[in-house]
Amino acid sequence: MSVELGHFALVLALALALVQSFAPLVGARLGHSALMRMGEPAAITVFGLTAAAFAALTFAYVQSDFSVLNVWENSHSAKPLLFKITGTWGNHEGSMLLWVLILALFGALVAAFGRNLPPTLRANVLAVQGLIATAFLLFILLTSNPFTRLVPPPIEGRDLNPILQDIGLAIHPPLLYLGYVGFSISFSFAVAALIDGRVDAAWARWVRPWTLAAWAFLTGGIAMGSYWAYYELGWGGFWFWDPVENASFLPWLSGTALLHSAIVMEKRSALKIWTVLLAILTFSLSLLGTFLVRSGVLTSVHAFATDPSRGVFILAILVFFIGGALALFALRAAALTPGGLFHPISREGALVLNNLLLTTAAATVLVGTLYPLLVEALTGEKISVGAPFFNLTFIPLFLPLLAAVPFGPLLAWKRGDLLAATQRLQVAFALSAICSLAGYLLIDRASALSAIGMALGLWLVLGAVTDLALKAGIGKVAPRMALRRLVGLPLSMFGTALAHAGLGLTVLGIVCVTTLEVERILVMRPGETVEIADYHLRFDNMGPFTGPNYTEDRAAFTLFSGGVVRGEIISSKRLYTARGMPTTEAGIRTIGLSQLYVSIGDNVSDDGLVVRVWWKPMVTLIWLGAVVMMVGGAVSLMDRRLRVGVPAPRRAATATAGKSAR
Amino acid sequence: MRERLLSLLVALVLSLAAAAPAVAVQPDEILADPELETRARELSSQLRCMVCQNQSIDDSEAELARDLRLLVRDRIEAGDTDQEVIDYVVSRYGEFVLLKPQLSARNALLWATPLLLLLCGGLLAFMAFRRHAHAATPLSVEEEAVLEKILKEGD
Repeated sequence: MSVELGHFALVLALALALVQSFAPLVGARLGHSALMRMGEPAAITVFGLTAAAFAALTFAYVQSDFSVLNVWENSHSAKPLLFKITGTWGNHEGSMLLWVLILALFGALVAAFGRNLPPTLRANVLAVQGLIATAFLLFILLTSNPFTRLVPPPIEGRDLNPILQDIGLAIHPPLLYLGYVGFSISFSFAVAALIDGRVDAAWARWVRPWTLAAWAFLTGGIAMGSYWAYYELGWGGFWFWDPVENASFLPWLSGTALLHSAIVMEKRSALKIWTVLLAILTFSLSLLGTFLVRSGVLTSVHAFATDPSRGVFILAILVFFIGGALALFALRAAALTPGGLFHPISREGALVLNNLLLTTAAATVLVGTLYPLLVEALTGEKISVGAPFFNLTFIPLFLPLLAAVPFGPLLAWKRGDLLAATQRLQVAFALSAICSLAGYLLIDRASALSAIGMALGLWLVLGAVTDLALKAGIGKVAPRMALRRLVGLPLSMFGTALAHAGLGLTVLGIVCVTTLEVERILVMRPGETVEIADYHLRFDNMGPFTGPNYTEDRAAFTLFSGGVVRGEIISSKRLYTARGMPTTEAGIRTIGLSQLYVSIGDNVSDDGLVVRVWWKPMVTLIWLGAVVMMVGGAVSLMDRRLRVGVPAPRRAATATAGKSAR
Repeated sequence: MRERLLSLLVALVLSLAAAAPAVAVQPDEILADPELETRARELSSQLRCMVCQNQSIDDSEAELARDLRLLVRDRIEAGDTDQEVIDYVVSRYGEFVLLKPQLSARNALLWATPLLLLLCGGLLAFMAFRRHAHAATPLSVEEEAVLEKILKEGD
């Protein structure tokens, strides 16, 4: 019964999404305020109904209601409750429902918190948001209905793909979608502004918090996915340049560019046309990612439940929204007046460089991801574009960007002094050079390349610290005064510093683990010991274990350093009984910021076991850095000037007034 | 031919069954000479496992990937240079096996994209700055006088 109610709620949501799409749009055209205001209750109701539908599906999963096709295909009664719940979005239909739920959530948030937006802008934003919701609700109802019943209902389900039965998967998709889909707001704002024909600094101020929130979630989502792949896939890789990973990385790159260009637009009312274009492109890349992942056009590590017949539908959605938005952009962009002037060496200039490198990097990843598809479609030949290509093209583009980051915040608006900025960064530069040189001399595995990489990561972290120190006047004024000034700095400055420092930490982690990792692959018998880095690992024994819906062979290891026991590591080979699918569960021990990673393979001869051990120095920094970036985003969001949808009305008004006066 | 097809099929089935991959290099594959082994690993990470989804043979558990790893090691031990090994593998399996596509007319656009975009973008930005620089011409003498007057009145 609840399943049918959920289905019905989804159909109702579609009807209301149509209302949300057209009533405010028509109202804004005619200047009819009652029609315009219909967007808000509609948006909130669409969210409520989609949430009800989602709850109904989740309930069916929790109850193991195998009369629902989707539940039967992806669940099992013996599965732990947590994975019954997360299984709701561990499949195509459920994950699309989650997609729409988050889309509707953002629409509802604009409706609830956008009261101080100009009425026509708000109406148009909600209308565009409603159109996107309509398209995807139609997609779900017509091609991917999660509520289809199965007659007669089977006794037992087919279980969820075992590698998805993991806490990482519980968090990864919702976070990722909050980012992915969150960019729909930036898109809706851009399209609404183009419909209105008015884009000004105030617009940038309104759109920035939404972009920031989406960016922070996407950062977390990507990092979570990376960590999940790291420990679950069993060979300790953290990034594979897999097309599906690229699909989530693309909006992140252009979203990061958007975040920075919107600052220029807000503060200096320059780069307007470019910012609007970026807002459109960023969500377009999200849509493209959805298409690539959900249509089954790619087959990759991640492409789990896919069905090519759906591709055409998403492609149509893609063409409609991207094509429509770009056409509107082409029509209206010329009418947007260029804003403030600036010298190439200035804060604006630095942000232009940031945008140039980020968008080129994004385009490189995009072309690399799509090229095999294009070549196959045009010539029928198959080529592969994988990690070696991306490393060779992406990294050279990203290195100058990273090197330039600390300069940006130290340059003044309009015309900056590069020499002065360089002088102020001397300490940071010297410290990072000394530290990496020390690392190079002390660690015998270190190469010149790893030293340069480490210096770059440290440079980013210390550059961010320098920025804060300078703004607080540390060293210039009395310590007490400096402290007071530091505490009094706007939160967005801390946000910037945290995000840049977080990036530095991630770089540091990547450099350390790729250049200093130690690997041992060997056959071990119980009682044997392997030496790795400064540790000894003893293989103790192997024994069977039975979990709720799997059986496994557990290998127990003891870790020693300097003859002292540091703990036990369990690594296992698991067999999920319902699907008969094997997985490897790596044994990981975190020591400081580094990890020891143990993965077991096949048995050889009688008691020999293939064991793979890695020493992964500083590896956790990769994800801790992402967490710091996320925190930076959140801290920026808490800045009063930027709080979601609350641009202090008076300041916004003066900004607009100031603009028209000019 | 039939044998190869069969082995491909078996490998496909095996790789599907073992959807959760683990690092693939087996202890018995490792070459005695660490220098040659490093080269083999480096080369393996550039070659695609033909029956897997976007995995290098270095990462893959598939039987076919193992065959390819052994082949790479055989060639290296036979004294081939890295390029000769790559050429040999490509001649047998086609360009699909390369994770880093060759520089060729067909792949020109792929390889040129980063450079082309960087140049175009840089040029656009440069032109915009030049235009702005021209737009910001200094004030004429009359304008200076008017400005001064206004500033004085403001006091």
